[in-house]
Amino acid sequence: MAKVPVQFTLNGSEKAEFIDSGTTLLHALRDKIGDTSPKGGCHQGTCGACSVIVDGELRLSCLTLAETCNGAVIRTTAGLAEGGVLHPLQRAFLDAFATQCGFCTPGMIMAAKVLLDRTPSPSREEVVEALSGNICRCTGYEPIIQAVLSAARSNSQNVA
Amino acid sequence: MAIRRGRGVAAINYPTGMNLGGDPTQALVHSTPTGNFMVTLSSVDLGQGMKQIMAQICAETIGVPTDRVIVDTADTDTGPHCMGTFASRGTHRAGNAVIQAAREARQVMLEVAAEELEVNASDLETDGQGNILVKGAPQKSISIFDVALSAHFKRGRSISGRGMFLIPRSYPEKETGAMKPSTCYAHACTVAEVEVDDETGEVTVLNVKNVFEIGRALNPKMVEQQLVGGSWMGISHALYETTEPYYPNRDHGGTDFNQYLMPGPGDLAETEIIVLERPSADGPFGAKGPGEMCANPQIPAVANAVFDAVGVRIDTLPITPERILRALKAQAAG
Repeated sequence: MAKVPVQFTLNGSEKAEFIDSGTTLLHALRDKIGDTSPKGGCHQGTCGACSVIVDGELRLSCLTLAETCNGAVIRTTAGLAEGGVLHPLQRAFLDAFATQCGFCTPGMIMAAKVLLDRTPSPSREEVVEALSGNICRCTGYEPIIQAVLSAARSNSQNVA
Repeated sequence: MAIRRGRGVAAINYPTGMNLGGDPTQALVHSTPTGNFMVTLSSVDLGQGMKQIMAQICAETIGVPTDRVIVDTADTDTGPHCMGTFASRGTHRAGNAVIQAAREARQVMLEVAAEELEVNASDLETDGQGNILVKGAPQKSISIFDVALSAHFKRGRSISGRGMFLIPRSYPEKETGAMKPSTCYAHACTVAEVEVDDETGEVTVLNVKNVFEIGRALNPKMVEQQLVGGSWMGISHALYETTEPYYPNRDHGGTDFNQYLMPGPGDLAETEIIVLERPSADGPFGAKGPGEMCANPQIPAVANAVFDAVGVRIDTLPITPERILRALKAQAAG
């Protein structure tokens, strides 16, 4: 199969790869570029573990073709910490014990980040809605909801 | 046709491990040259927190901070034998093995320290911060870092220990059939409140109140996490999840997350957890196995709540709207 070039910004750095046409963004990120923070759970868009942020939008990387991301700005959970300091969402997930096996966590954090970027002080219902495309087997969701609410509170304190 | 409310209660006791062919777990502990301690196990951590708990148990037994312990569960081919992490047995079985291995390693460590300090090993104690002190004369001390260096490079000792925990096979008594298939029971009780729509058969769990008696909670935050998640999973088993909805007919089994249903973040019941600690006699530091039983009592509690709400006894899981409507129809037909 013919290789196609794809170029995008991943967590602030330029990436350029030759990929097989039809390669998913998930495959390109994990197996070509080596960012394994998006997880392949169902590979059909039902579990949310592969969620990444493409040009500010939450996207399921398992259903997104890498070649459609030419020129895009992509964020993954691996790029959230800055200078060894965890992002407030990551900190909140740790403090609230919102992970257990950890497989869903990167997707949950991506979904939560898009929510907080748009709605810095969300209601519980808005958090639930934002996480509703992500499946977790371990936590029963409540600790995750609490973590997102707590990250939102700490953000608003920082601003104030 | 109406939405009817019901409340159900259920209590369970839950065994730790199984004895049907003997139930062993082994552990090895050794120090690195710089006085960190390595626990080698074949017991797998699949997210339940095995590594953290084994590090705590080893650290507590040897007398060092938990961050001085590394737990390696890398390879079941090369590690000491473990039956596996199932039947809520990990903490109890592997924990007991780690205690035994760590005690042996601690004894060697104290012997080396005794030679360095020129005292009797039985006069030494650890401060839990990485030092070994002479009892009653704490100014005379040596760091575990230096003890390990001495053992490795000067005295030719291996600060190491072997641990084995075995529940032997239980044979039934010929006369009565009585046997002991498991050990160390954890207990739980759940009260569930539900609403049942008797027109659609749909069940909404309003709240669950759970009390768990789990022996000593070795890591209270991890226990709470396991119990909160388990309570949700119990409701999920009661109302949604099935691999084979028409078992033993295997048709229509779920093959993906579109068909294998689980409640999402929008379907949560208000959940309360109370932990009771009654340390077990044979568990590591009094622990039992809270692993699987946390998802059990919600199931009969929800079934009982459905009965309380609409008067039908659903004894096949999951309790789907279809099963409730069929039962209501049968009830109306008398």
